Amino acid sequence: MYTNLLKQSWLLGVVVALCLSAASYAQLTTYQQEGWLNTPAASSHIGNITGDAKAAALPYRRFCVGCHGELGDGNGENAVWFTTPMYAQPRNFQLAIFKCRSTPTGTLPTDQDLYDTIGRGMDRSNMPQWNPMSRQERADLVAWIKHFSPRWQTEKPGTPIQIPPEPEITPERVKAGQAVFARMQCYKCHGVQGMANGPSASTLTDDLNQPIAAFNFTDGSRPKCGDTDTDIYRIFMTGLDGTPMPSFVDNIKPDEAWDLVFYLRSLQRHNAYNSKEREIARQLGLKPVDPNAPPAQ
Amino acid sequence: MKQQRNQRLAAVLAILVLVGFGAVMISQKASAAGDGKITGTVKLDGAAPHMRGIDMSKDPFCDKAHAGNAAHSENVLVGSGGGLQNVVLYISEGLSAEAANAKSTQIPVFDQKNCMYTPHVLAMDVGQDFKVETSDATAHNIHPEPNPLTGNIPWNQSQPPGAPPVTKSWKAPEMIHVKCNIHPWMSGWFAVVKGPYATTDDNGNYTIQNVPPGSYTVTAWQETLGTQAQKVTVAAGGSAKADFAFKAK
Repeated sequence: MYTNLLKQSWLLGVVVALCLSAASYAQLTTYQQEGWLNTPAASSHIGNITGDAKAAALPYRRFCVGCHGELGDGNGENAVWFTTPMYAQPRNFQLAIFKCRSTPTGTLPTDQDLYDTIGRGMDRSNMPQWNPMSRQERADLVAWIKHFSPRWQTEKPGTPIQIPPEPEITPERVKAGQAVFARMQCYKCHGVQGMANGPSASTLTDDLNQPIAAFNFTDGSRPKCGDTDTDIYRIFMTGLDGTPMPSFVDNIKPDEAWDLVFYLRSLQRHNAYNSKEREIARQLGLKPVDPNAPPAQ
Repeated sequence: MKQQRNQRLAAVLAILVLVGFGAVMISQKASAAGDGKITGTVKLDGAAPHMRGIDMSKDPFCDKAHAGNAAHSENVLVGSGGGLQNVVLYISEGLSAEAANAKSTQIPVFDQKNCMYTPHVLAMDVGQDFKVETSDATAHNIHPEPNPLTGNIPWNQSQPPGAPPVTKSWKAPEMIHVKCNIHPWMSGWFAVVKGPYATTDDNGNYTIQNVPPGSYTVTAWQETLGTQAQKVTVAAGGSAKADFAFKAK
């Protein structure tokens, strides 16, 4: 009687295992059956590298699936451990809403944007830098990421915003940048000193309605979408889709945008990029902006 | 002789073609936008729910704009006689493809005024341009939240004081929630529908204009109370009536 039961439960176990593996196999092939992988969207173009989605199936399963999930919906088995506001949920590739874009808000990013994000990782999140992968492997992954969302079949990436060459840093520009900071009211979230403690900071939520923190310029954090001057320019001009950070491209002129970049640099703790800006701000004796001052127009 | 016959033939053909075109154009005009109407009243069945007061003290501009007269949430606005405001009415079934795809050429305005949205619900057709403006001396960000898989792609644009209007349109029918991350109490809707539509006034009254003759399902949508549908028949140039009552939650 007892051995009989043991035998039966062993059999049951085999049946369950078979069912599960059949189900997971069915899931894996759903997209392939739809023919996604044979369409132009199943490739990527980064410089002179052409990425092939099919080549990324295995690397994705090995390195990405734990968080981003088999179906690219951001529901990998590790996702439940992600707690906000420090660790946002893994990106849902099915919706194809991305923070780091060179393209206007509401448009798909370029292949280069996705490629850069994979290599750069996301500061203050669980997304590591994937630089150890070869460039070809990262390009293949870009193509694979795109096959998760039907949007890549019907939409084209936006036209990247134009960024003029970076001008010379001058005291006038740092000062003008502070005026832009005041006029755009960046302090509402980022705080008058860039400490992420503005009046709206505590109630910010992302598109999943999870709490999200404003960027703190003063604690040594690196911006999520890159920390060169050009990256910072791009971040506030295109906005970070899926987050509270809006696009300012309609309201800040290209020349003013560089001024703002220099002022934001002066708020940052000393790093490899901002010696000059900090020195200028110190010599000018710049005080934090006053939110209650009448608007200068 | 032969030449004359050819000329006569050409003239007859030309007339035939002209008459044919004219007939097609007239029939198109008649079927695209009718002059029928659907009218009615939308009411709330039950006591008007309490609308939470809004604390705007974190933004001095917003707070001052409502000094002595605190703003309230606008999820369920009830007028005289229980009329429900901001209910969107549209024809969900029965429109010809042509009538459903005809879009209004008006450009409605969604204004950010005193840190609230005016109107609270803005109805529009698929593909119809609309404008987002700001009247406020404080920065807003305008952040609609559609489902990107419908074809409506979310975007997020800043509107600091004095910012130029943003003109946009939507690609698919959807009730799209709009928010401002800077002022978390700000909540509004873009009601994107196909074909003729109307929004109820302060007393719950509405009129859908330009309805071609036919039998239709009219749907009433309220942001928290959901949808209701009714069948109506509109005669050519006539008026049909459809009243709705939503149960208070």
